[in-house]
Amino acid sequence: MSNKMHIKLNVNGKAEEFLAEPRELLIYTLRERLNITGPHIGCETSHCGACTVTIDGKSVKSCTMFAAQADGKEITTIEGIGGPDDLHPLQEAFKEHHGLQCGYCTPGMITRATKLLEENPTPTEEEIRFGMAGNICRCTGYQNIVKSIQAAASEMNAAKEAAE
Amino acid sequence: MKDEITREERVDNLKGMGCSRKRVEDARFTQGKGNYVDDVKLDGMLFGDFVRSPYAHARITNIDTAAALEVPGVLAVLTAADLEPLGLHWMPTLAGDKQMVLADGKVLFQGQEVAYVVAEDRYAAADGIEAVVVDYEELPVIVDPFKSLQSDVILRPDTVDENGKATDGAHGPRKHPNHIFTWEAGDKAPTEEVIANADVVAEEEMYYHRTHPCPLETCGCVASMDKVNGKLTLWGTFQAPHAIRTIVSLISGIEEHNIRVISPDIGGGFGNKVGAYPGYVCSVVASIVTGKPVKWIEDRMDNLMTTAFARDYWMKGKISATPEGKITGLHCHVTADHGGFDACADPTKFPAGFMNICTGSYDIPTAYLAVDGVYTNKAPGGVSYRCSFRVTEAVYFIERMIEVLAIKLNMDAAELRRINFIKKEQFPYTAALGWEYDSGDYHTAWDKALKAVDYGGLRAEQAQRVADFKAGKTRKLMGIGLSFFTEIVGAGPVKNCDILGLGMFDSCEIRIHPTGSAIARLGTISQGQGHATTFAQILASEIGLPADSITIEEGDTDTAPYGLGTYGSRSTPVAGAATAMAGRKIRAKAQMIAAYLLEVHDNDVEFDVDRFVVKGAPEKFKTMKEIAFAAYNQAIPGIEPGLEAVSYYDPPNMTYPFGAYICVMDIDVDTGVPDIRRFYALDDCGTRINPMIIEGQIHGGLTEALAVALGQEIAYDDMGNCKTGTLMDFFLPTAWEVPNYETDYTVTPSPHHPIGAKGVGESPHVGGVPCFSNAVQDAFRAFGNTHTNMPHDHWRIWKTANELGLHD
Repeated sequence: MSNKMHIKLNVNGKAEEFLAEPRELLIYTLRERLNITGPHIGCETSHCGACTVTIDGKSVKSCTMFAAQADGKEITTIEGIGGPDDLHPLQEAFKEHHGLQCGYCTPGMITRATKLLEENPTPTEEEIRFGMAGNICRCTGYQNIVKSIQAAASEMNAAKEAAE
Repeated sequence: MKDEITREERVDNLKGMGCSRKRVEDARFTQGKGNYVDDVKLDGMLFGDFVRSPYAHARITNIDTAAALEVPGVLAVLTAADLEPLGLHWMPTLAGDKQMVLADGKVLFQGQEVAYVVAEDRYAAADGIEAVVVDYEELPVIVDPFKSLQSDVILRPDTVDENGKATDGAHGPRKHPNHIFTWEAGDKAPTEEVIANADVVAEEEMYYHRTHPCPLETCGCVASMDKVNGKLTLWGTFQAPHAIRTIVSLISGIEEHNIRVISPDIGGGFGNKVGAYPGYVCSVVASIVTGKPVKWIEDRMDNLMTTAFARDYWMKGKISATPEGKITGLHCHVTADHGGFDACADPTKFPAGFMNICTGSYDIPTAYLAVDGVYTNKAPGGVSYRCSFRVTEAVYFIERMIEVLAIKLNMDAAELRRINFIKKEQFPYTAALGWEYDSGDYHTAWDKALKAVDYGGLRAEQAQRVADFKAGKTRKLMGIGLSFFTEIVGAGPVKNCDILGLGMFDSCEIRIHPTGSAIARLGTISQGQGHATTFAQILASEIGLPADSITIEEGDTDTAPYGLGTYGSRSTPVAGAATAMAGRKIRAKAQMIAAYLLEVHDNDVEFDVDRFVVKGAPEKFKTMKEIAFAAYNQAIPGIEPGLEAVSYYDPPNMTYPFGAYICVMDIDVDTGVPDIRRFYALDDCGTRINPMIIEGQIHGGLTEALAVALGQEIAYDDMGNCKTGTLMDFFLPTAWEVPNYETDYTVTPSPHHPIGAKGVGESPHVGGVPCFSNAVQDAFRAFGNTHTNMPHDHWRIWKTANELGLHD
C-alpha cells in the first residue's frame, strides 16, 4: 500500500511527524515507530487496557485507534507521567502498596489512574473499582491497586492543600 | 570495637526473611521501563506469524504460497514440506508424544499452525497470511472424549500400526487409537471392596471444564542466529529457559553451548509459558533461513485458541463412610481430554500430574485413582494453570466429594472435614495414593478459620435466609463455601521427577564482591512473583549482608546456573532451598576467614546476624562486609581467595502447603448474579519470607480462582470451533467484580526444607476454586442441589435455580 498519510502528533511533549499507512494502529506507532514501549499490547480488542494512553485529556486504548485518528493530538504515555527524578505520586504509591506484580498492566493502569484522579480527586473505593474496570490485571486481584490509588489520592490532595 | 546500633537494628538493616520488603522490580515497571520480549528490538529484525487452520479436523490437500511471496515485505513462507528435510516438521512434546510444528497433511484443531509467514513487519506478515491459499478437505470432528473412545475415526494415524491398531504410547499400552494412556495409583480391588460394603456411599460425576491461564502478556520469542559465530540467541516468554535451551539443542542439532536463551521480564505466566510451541521452532528456523533476527508474538486469539489450555477433566467419584462420617474409601476415575496432541506439561512419570493427591487433607485408608487420557479435536496443552501439576483438579474433586458426602450424611460439611483431617501427630503421613505429606496442623487452621468468620453465626443466618426465601420475603439465597486444601508443590526429587529426562533440581550461584555486596543467579525465572526481592531476603538472613546489597539475576542461560524454571510453586521450595544452601557455603568459608582475622580457632567464632563473633566475647567480631574484603585482599593460609558458592539442590520430598478458605455469597435467584460478601483465606506456607508478597500472591490467586469458578472457560461447539477466543467471551475479572479478601495464616514449617518454606503462589487458586464453587452449590443445598458443574456464570446459576423450581 502506498496511500500513506501525513501525521503529526505530540507525544509526551515532543512533536512527532511521519508518514504512515491509514491502517497503522496507534499502539504500533508508539511502540515500533517512536520506540515508546511503556504501553503494552494485551488483547487488541479494547478489553484489557494494557495499551492505555491519554489523548487530549481522555483515557484511550491505543490498540484500537488508528494513528491517523490521533493526528494533531496530544498524547501522554507512562513515560510522560514521571521518570526517575520526578515520580508521580501514583508511581510511588503502586511501589509502596504492592500494586503490581508482573508489571505488564502497570503502565496502562497508572496512566488510567492519573485521569481517574483528575476527574475525581476523592474517589470512593467503589468509584475507583468502577473507574478502573477497563484495565485488567491478572496478578494482583486489584485489592492493592485500589489501595495504591487511594493512597496516591490522599497524597496528592494533601500536597494540593499544602500548596494552597 | 563498640557497636553503635542494637542487634535488633542490625537485623532490620538486613531486610531479611520475614519482613515486608518493598519490591526492587517496581521502579522499572511503574515507569514503563520493563523489558518484555516484545520490547526486544534488533537491527533488521523480521516478524513471523502463522496461517492457522479454520477447521478442527481436516486433510490438507494443497498449500499454495506463490501469491504470498509476491506480497510486498514478505520474505519467506515456511510449510511442513520446508521443515521436513530438517526433521523439524514435528517436535517432541513434554508428555512423551509428538506434535506437528506445521500441519503435516492434516490439522487436528482449530487454529493449528499451517504455515509460517516471515515479513518485514507485522502488517506485511498479515498481508502474506491472507495470500496463502490452503485447500482443506473436512474430516469428522470429535470434541467429546467419551465419543472419541467409541469412534472409528482415527485422529492420529501416526500412532497406529498398519492394521489401524493403537501402538504403545509413552505411558504404556493404549486401549483404542484415540486413547493416550491409562495411569493408576492406589489399590483397585480393596477400594472397590470397601466401597461395596460401606454403610454410606456418595457418588458424583463432575466436569472440571477446560480453561486457559491467559497471562496479560501472550507468548512470544525473538530468535537471532549469528551465522558468523554459529551462535543462536533466543529471547522468549519462557518459564523454564534452561529446559528450552536443551530442547532447542536436541531438536535443532545446534550444540547447547552455542545456544543462549534469555527470558526477559515476563508479563505473567500461570503455566502458559512452560511448554515449547511451534512459534519458537519456526522463528529459529526462519532466522537460520533468512540470516536475520525473527520475532514472533501471539495475538490474544492465538493465545487462547492454541497454546496451553488447562483442566478438561471428567471426574467420577465414589466416597464411602461410616454412619458417623468417618471416611473409609475413595474411588476416582478421570477421563482426560488432551486435545489433538498430548502436550501436557507434567513430570515424565506423571501423565496425570499429581492428581493422586486427591485424597486431600483427609485420613482416607483406602483409595484408587485411574486416569485415561484421550485425543480429541481440541488444542493441545494441559498445563498447570496456577497450580502444581493437576493439583487444582485433585483438590476440586475431593472438596466437592466431601460436600456431596455431607449431603448424603445430612451432616455439616465443616464438621465432616474436621473428623476426617489427618491429625498433627500423624505427620509425616503416607497417603493411600502414595505421597508422604511432610507436615501439617489442619485442626488448628480450621478452627481458627471457622472462628474468624463466626461459622455458627453464618449458618444461623443462612437458615433464617432460607426461611425468609420460602416465606417470600427475599429473592436472595446465601451460600457458605468451605474448602480445606493440601497442595503438593516443589517438584521435585530427581528420583521420581524429571521432564524429558532432566531432573527437577534447581540451583543458585553466589558471588560476594570485595566491598560486601553480592550477585546471586538462579535457575528459576520470575513472572511477577518478585524473586529479585525475596531471594535477596533469604540470602540476607543467611549471609548477613543487606538484601539491598544483593542483586538477583535469572533467566539468562549463559550466566545463570542450570535449573528447571518457575512453575508448580517450585521456586521457593527448590531454588529457595538452593539459595539458602549456597548461602551456607558462603558462611562456612566466611567463618574460617573470620577466625583467621580474629586469631582464634574456627570453632571459637559463631554467626550473629551480620558478623562472626568470638564465642563469649561479642565485642570481638568481624562483620560480613569486613570478611568479604578480607577474602579478596588477604593471603590466608589454606584458603583460596574469593568468596563464591554454588548449590544444586535436589529436594528430598515435595512440600505440602495447606489452607482453610471460607466464602460467603448472596445469590440473586432471578438474575443468577452472585455477590461475594466475604472471603477469608488462611494459608500455611511454612516459613514466611515476605508477608507483603505472600498477601499479593493470595489476592491474585483467589481472583484467578474466582474467574475459573464463576465464568472462565474455553468452550467449543460440535464443529470444534473455539467459542471463547477473545476477551469478549473469555472471562477475566475486572476490579468491579472482585471483592476484598481477608488473609490470615498459621506457620507449620516444612521439616526438610532448609528454611522451612513451602511455596504459596498457587495455594489460593487451588483452594479458591472449590471454595467459590462450594459457595454457589451450598446456596442451593436446602433446595435439593447436590452438584452442578462449573463455571457458575450468571446463566448457569439462573438455570440451577430454575431447575430446582425456584422461579415457579
